[in-house]
Amino acid sequence: MTLPALGWQGLVVLATFGISLLIATYCTYAERVIAAFLQDRVGPDRAGPFGLLQPLADAVKLFTKEEFFPAGANRALFVFGPCLAMITALMSSAVIPFGNFLKFGDTEIHLQGIEINVGMLYVFGIVSLGVYGIMIGGWASNNKFSLLGAIRAASQNISYELAMGLALIAVLMMSGTLSLREITLQQTHVGGGWHLSDIFTWNVFKQPLGFIIFIVCAFAETNRTPFDLPECETELIGGYHTEYSSMKMGLYLFAEYVNVFVATAVMSVLYFGGFNYPFQYEFLDFLTNKTSLSADWAHNIFVLMGVVAMFAKIFTGIFFFMWVRWTLPRFRYDQLMRLGWTILIPLAIFNILLTGGLITFGVIQ
Amino acid sequence: MESLSKRAKVLTKKPMTLAERAYLPAIFQGLSITMQHFFRAATKKQVTIRYPEETRPFSPVFRGLHVLKRDEKGRERCTACGLCAVACPAEAITMVAGERKKGEENLYREEKYAVSYEINMLRCIFCGLCEEACPKAAVYLQADKMAPPRFERDEFIYGKDRLVEPVAPDLRSKRGIQLTPEQADTLRTQTA
Ligand code: SF4
Ligand code: SF4
Repeated sequence: MTLPALGWQGLVVLATFGISLLIATYCTYAERVIAAFLQDRVGPDRAGPFGLLQPLADAVKLFTKEEFFPAGANRALFVFGPCLAMITALMSSAVIPFGNFLKFGDTEIHLQGIEINVGMLYVFGIVSLGVYGIMIGGWASNNKFSLLGAIRAASQNISYELAMGLALIAVLMMSGTLSLREITLQQTHVGGGWHLSDIFTWNVFKQPLGFIIFIVCAFAETNRTPFDLPECETELIGGYHTEYSSMKMGLYLFAEYVNVFVATAVMSVLYFGGFNYPFQYEFLDFLTNKTSLSADWAHNIFVLMGVVAMFAKIFTGIFFFMWVRWTLPRFRYDQLMRLGWTILIPLAIFNILLTGGLITFGVIQ
Repeated sequence: MESLSKRAKVLTKKPMTLAERAYLPAIFQGLSITMQHFFRAATKKQVTIRYPEETRPFSPVFRGLHVLKRDEKGRERCTACGLCAVACPAEAITMVAGERKKGEENLYREEKYAVSYEINMLRCIFCGLCEEACPKAAVYLQADKMAPPRFERDEFIYGKDRLVEPVAPDLRSKRGIQLTPEQADTLRTQTA
């Protein structure tokens, strides 16, 4: 890679970082509005038009709150916990392909922070590091509720990561690669013809069972309702962030939303064709042959539409996460564990066998 | 045992069907219910009252802040008989009676009047017994005003300055003696 290309790639990384933060910010707003609408309420509408400045007001509030350290807390770790949660949440968004590449003459800008051929493993590694942020924060608070929340988070994450990984193996068996970009590119047809089948090349149609397992585990991994036991208010006050105040609390809440964003992004890459969209090649055809655009620009517009499609998929996913949160009650701890170990993991193993069988007999590739 | 009301039901614990045990159908049912509410919130008129801009209408029988009424000539009706204070279960009312001087006939209706009249709104339970007790139809609890919150305790002791209703007829409370339009007009010309 040449130096200017590296510079562009750096910009993409920065943009990914900014977008993750922006989306997390507005998730806090969307969460409240969606919750309100699902419950026949109005939601925040005081700060700015439709309350759109609410996240800003929250930020001001969080920054000006008192920095509180509980007595007997380990100060260094107490600060380190939320930082780690935030860092790991942001790191995982770096490998997500938000689009194919833009072309300007000879320079190609990949709309993906870092392109590595083990993208999936990287995401998994980072996400499982995220639980340390919760663990350290909960332990350093010197509070029993926090500690219980942290322990729940740890055991929950370990249990559901297993099922999630197993569900993924079925996808990897089909794709034969760990690179998120490759997996995306495989979920489309290349060539002429009528392309509603573009949609049916999405992995969700080849792996329906795997998808259900994956999405259930994604809920558990991001500590969202119905699996938000680490922070369940009714039993543990606030769980691992009981003792946190001001921006340290803000970082935890933020990290949760960044995690949701990453989870939905990974989900749309793995199961919903990432930046592919229906009729995309007709669209490219139309741009190159029927308009006066140069070949580069036709390609670029085609790719940018893909970015739009990707974000549409992500936002739908985030909406679904919130929709579920305001519909379902929380699981009990033993139910959570039973669901993870005795239902999801055997189902995931069954799914691997099924996929293996189907591949062997050539039903799917 | 014989059931007394004959309404007792014997519950049997049925084993769950596969669909029930799989959770997913129930989850989708729940999701569809909340989605209906989502669109209802967007389309139907919401029940929420956005307070500073909209206010909830008071009930017509609401008993709010007291008012000391004037009669149709603009004179204070209260004669400081003390019946309201006696009737008050919370002992919220105190008053000092005084004798009307010559030339004050247009200020006070009776020969005896209240020099000071105080209601402690922190003691008052807004029961309305003072209103019932008053023989002169002088004290009323307004249906459209509440005792507003204050920072200091002594601000809750309402004296005559805040209790007696204004002379201008337009500013008068809705509850209690309602002036006929003609009476209001004569009053308006008198006070102008
Ligand atoms: S409303 Fe009841 S409590 Fe209040 S002043 Fe009148 S009699 Fe007393
Ligand atoms: S308000 Fe009525 S009851 Fe009370 S002192 Fe005056 S005239 Fe008597």
